[in-house]
Amino acid sequence: MAKYLLLKHYRGGPAPINDVPMDHWTPQEVAAHMQYMRDFAARLEDTGEFVDSQALSADGTFVRYDGPGRPPVTDGPFAETKDLIAGWMVIDVETYERALELAAELSAAPGAGGRPLHEWLEVRPFLAPPPTITE
Amino acid sequence: MDDTLLRTLTPAVIGILVRRGADFAAAEDAVQDALVEAVRVWPADPPRDPKGWLVTVAWRKFLDAARATTARRHRELLVDREPTSDPRPGEAVDDTLQLYFLCAHPSLSPASAVALTLRAIGGLTTRQIAQAYLVPEATMAQRISRAKRTISGVRFNQPGDVATVVRVLYLVFNEGFTIGDSGDVDLACEAIRLTRQLAARTTHEEVAGLLALMLLHHARRPARTRPDGSLVPLADQDRGLWDTRLIAEGVAVLQAALARDRLGEFQAQAAIAALHADARTAEETDWAQIVEWYDELVRLTDSPVARLNRAVAVGEAYGPRAGLAALAELDPALPRHTAVAAYLHERDGDPVTAARLYAEAARSAPNLPERDHLTRQAARLNAQRRR
Repeated sequence: MAKYLLLKHYRGGPAPINDVPMDHWTPQEVAAHMQYMRDFAARLEDTGEFVDSQALSADGTFVRYDGPGRPPVTDGPFAETKDLIAGWMVIDVETYERALELAAELSAAPGAGGRPLHEWLEVRPFLAPPPTITE
Repeated sequence: MDDTLLRTLTPAVIGILVRRGADFAAAEDAVQDALVEAVRVWPADPPRDPKGWLVTVAWRKFLDAARATTARRHRELLVDREPTSDPRPGEAVDDTLQLYFLCAHPSLSPASAVALTLRAIGGLTTRQIAQAYLVPEATMAQRISRAKRTISGVRFNQPGDVATVVRVLYLVFNEGFTIGDSGDVDLACEAIRLTRQLAARTTHEEVAGLLALMLLHHARRPARTRPDGSLVPLADQDRGLWDTRLIAEGVAVLQAALARDRLGEFQAQAAIAALHADARTAEETDWAQIVEWYDELVRLTDSPVARLNRAVAVGEAYGPRAGLAALAELDPALPRHTAVAAYLHERDGDPVTAARLYAEAARSAPNLPERDHLTRQAARLNAQRRR
């Protein structure tokens, strides 16, 4: 098995096909979207492929060290052009193809008009444990 | 209380319950419940006959569960099965061996077979297995119950294939996170324990080959990583840290298997590990003989990984140019192809190409220790160049 991060971007990635911002959906469409995400996670738990799922607040701050004895320097939030992570799901699956298949399924979550979002999800493999036998 | 002793009894107790008429899935659950109770009760009140105690408690748990769910149907089934509950006299059936076959059944995915083997034969809890593979306990529980459903139609006493069992045990040894001393599950040790137990029950050469392979690699474990967790390549390992007792045992197991003249891939791999173990210094390594064993391995498996490792051995035995020539015949998209090329170019006196390839290999490394190692190699060569 190998673990993959399915990364959902608020912005920064290519635009989804069904590109209507969520605040322009009907409440029923929002509810249907949320239900789809919950059902998807539940199904993965059932197949033994679910590891973790989290959503992130849109408020992000950049922080850096500024030398001994000085408070950290903060910056941001940045302009709309910056990449912004909305949330993630971690899956543990048998093959890379299975990871793509699940990401595509997640991307089909319904949006405006109840039609699939077709949003772009980023699939990133985890670094695996090192094998014992190498030679 | 000795947790391992308790876990050793697991497969035999499951076997007895199945012979009494329980289906495998229910028997396995009942024995897990009995193990939990043993951990609670035994320290204060150790039984005279641990196995008998487990059978009694597990059987009671099984009956309780059967009554609680579909009471009447189960009781009828039990009555039906009672006459066949014990093996006929003279019929030697090894329940534990049958469990190995069942848990590695070809209908299971490798990950499911691994999880089921660790629980039903290893006696580990779902939580321990989940920790070892870094997934939530609920996910691992699902994986195990799906695996049980998949094999629910398989007859318990059906003859199985040792080759699939060997593959599952190899995965447990080679592809788990090493929880090591900090956690309570050490998959490498558990894989060795389960393979020893299997080797005591079958004369199959590849089981012996796998056991030898595990012992020879496990012997090098103390030398394989620095205290900070970074990898030490074989050539740089402090050979004084190798466990000579494990090496001697591995070599003896391997020799006995090879003497039977039915070579398989695990015996060939173990032979390579034995040749490394045999060298007192890296320079004394008999690379020519290692190349011959890789030729055998390629013949047996036709595996691209074996071909790649063979190219490294050729480079050591016959010079980096010969190694690069062997490498040129392989698909550059192979994992670790670039890392091998970097190593051979450095040996060939081309640090510029080597540094570039090490950096490239680091970017596509499949795990963190390997990535760090390759990055350090690139950094070392780049620093030498600046001097």
